[in-house]
Amino acid sequence: MMTCKMPIRILALVACGLLAACERPPVDSRQVGYRGVAMETNYHPATYKALEAKNQPPALVPSMGNTGPLATATYKNVKVLTDLTVPELTRVMLAMTAWVAPPDKSCGYCHAADMASDEIYQKVVARRMLQMVRNINSNWTGHVAGTGVTCYTCHRGQSVPSRVWYLEPGADRVPLLGDRAGQNSPARSVGLTSLPYDPFTAFLFKANDVKVGAATALPAGDRQSIKQAEWSYGLMMHVSDALGVNCTYCHNSRSFRDWDQSTPARAKAWYAIRMVRQLNNDYMAPLAPTLPAERKGPLGDSAKVNCATCHQGVFKPMFGQGGGSDYPELHERSHPPLLSPAVTAPPAVTAAMQTGGSAGAGAP
Amino acid sequence: MAEYQNIFTRVAIHGPAYQGVPLPRGSWRAGKGWMSYWLSRIGDAQVGPVYLGWTGVTSLLFGFAAFEIIGLNMWASVHWNVLQFIRQLPWLALEPPPPSYGLSFPPLAQGGWWLLAGLCLTISVILWWVRTYQRARELQMGTHVAWAFASAIWLFLVLGFIRPVLMGSWGEAVPFGIFPHLDWTAAFSLRYGNLFYNPFHALSIAFLYGSTLIFAMHAGTILSVSRYGGDREVEQIVDRGTATERAALFWRWTMGFNATMESIHRWAWWFAVLCPLVGGIGILLTGTVVDNWYLWAVKHHVAPMYPHAFPPATDPATLPGAHP
Repeated sequence: MMTCKMPIRILALVACGLLAACERPPVDSRQVGYRGVAMETNYHPATYKALEAKNQPPALVPSMGNTGPLATATYKNVKVLTDLTVPELTRVMLAMTAWVAPPDKSCGYCHAADMASDEIYQKVVARRMLQMVRNINSNWTGHVAGTGVTCYTCHRGQSVPSRVWYLEPGADRVPLLGDRAGQNSPARSVGLTSLPYDPFTAFLFKANDVKVGAATALPAGDRQSIKQAEWSYGLMMHVSDALGVNCTYCHNSRSFRDWDQSTPARAKAWYAIRMVRQLNNDYMAPLAPTLPAERKGPLGDSAKVNCATCHQGVFKPMFGQGGGSDYPELHERSHPPLLSPAVTAPPAVTAAMQTGGSAGAGAP
Repeated sequence: MAEYQNIFTRVAIHGPAYQGVPLPRGSWRAGKGWMSYWLSRIGDAQVGPVYLGWTGVTSLLFGFAAFEIIGLNMWASVHWNVLQFIRQLPWLALEPPPPSYGLSFPPLAQGGWWLLAGLCLTISVILWWVRTYQRARELQMGTHVAWAFASAIWLFLVLGFIRPVLMGSWGEAVPFGIFPHLDWTAAFSLRYGNLFYNPFHALSIAFLYGSTLIFAMHAGTILSVSRYGGDREVEQIVDRGTATERAALFWRWTMGFNATMESIHRWAWWFAVLCPLVGGIGILLTGTVVDNWYLWAVKHHVAPMYPHAFPPATDPATLPGAHP
């Protein structure tokens, strides 16, 4: 009897081991493209609930109106929010304290006893970050549309956002043996694939071309290599991971490069890549001389942003709520906020959540 | 009476090792052969005699060299840490040179080792092919195994040598590594516009899946008539017995046609051989003759157009006033 049962037990153990890496059913699968082209988004209800719990917008800091003297007339050394009135400036200061400053530090996190002084470096950084947020909300509507961002979109109550990246020393460049060519490592940055693990420097800091694939059926001089495709693929793994979506959220997998068959979300992502590139080059990297050593990376650079910094695993940061549209103060005055639509989850997802898990059922 | 079960048989044949047919003058085998109990559980209990000869020995030496070059590079890439080597093994690789080196010989660390490993592996595989060919001739057999092996070598050479040479860049070749070669495959398809639309790729898959289908059909047929002596297939080619008749009738009943005891092996051989043969052609044409298989399929009305389920996106780079 023992001889009969042992192999079955071993098989059962092996089967359990193999299944351990799988998500338990049910998975909500939702068709997003024409039938037969395998365009689906998949959500696991339990994972989705956990994401919802982790990505709630902060309490709205109520507006105190916009009537009153200009902040520059009342306060000294106002350099960025020069177009705000005193109640507007106060609202921004209160909000920033709640969003960014450690609770035990409060105003003192940035301000010295002389509120106008620039002696605390955090104040200098915050000033630049305000310019960045206003730039995003006013000039990058190709990506953030009417939703916009606030400090909280990245900071989430922490003084340094949790999902940032630094330049990595090229320790893998070796003279003789074992060069990794910047890939082949179980890296979370590229979803544990063996793809090049620092697509951030290449695409979100430097302006390498992300686009992959020849534009013509027959060879016409396109010298793009397979290795380049691997780099772009690595960046896409990051996007997918940062947004909690699969490839077909943006692409039709039959032709990844074809815009005509891509979803509108791909254009949003196109702007995002250019936006993040600008933020890293114009706002984040130049902060390095301002920062103390403990805030810098191994190469002495400042923290930089990628898709995960705002998105944190969700297709829209905080499911499209709590954005900069609630704060006209966080827009450049020449660009007042767009009328924000009531954005929550995309209809497909909301519907999938409501049907309660009949996978694929009711797909259009 | 002993019960005979195929594959995991409980009947182990033991006895003096069989030396095989006499060989032509000047030809020899090493050792007398011995019996293995554990091998008897899955096949023939007899191990050996073997013959390596100079082709076998040099093939193993070059194969070992390639294995060492790849393995030591992988181990060095985790700074000679044994634990990390085991843990990260599926991710580790020896990468071909960056495309910027073209077809020149790069520094060892930037793909030079890859070229050396590839050279050693190619020599090893070709010597092993010579060996399978020669051993078959020594036994006055046909050389079907050698030519089937050659088909696999063709695909190997197309991927790692012929196509990179035609493309003018070693960087087009496959890395040595478990996950890396799979990610390379996906990147290859992305770069060249979806291999799904490559007709030779489609043929190759048809022969691959067809091979497994034919394998299952044939093996299932023979096992199911082995109680009537159907496992003596070779005899039954010329001397059909009730096993053959039953097997043939089974397939005529179920699908109207049956292969014969001989032809089924030709079916299987050609399916297996054509899989890498046409696959290699598909790879060879990629980048050299066709740069984007999807667009090629559109051009030749192979890829259907589907109605839009959402407003189509526009490349923002083409829009006026777009951010850079």
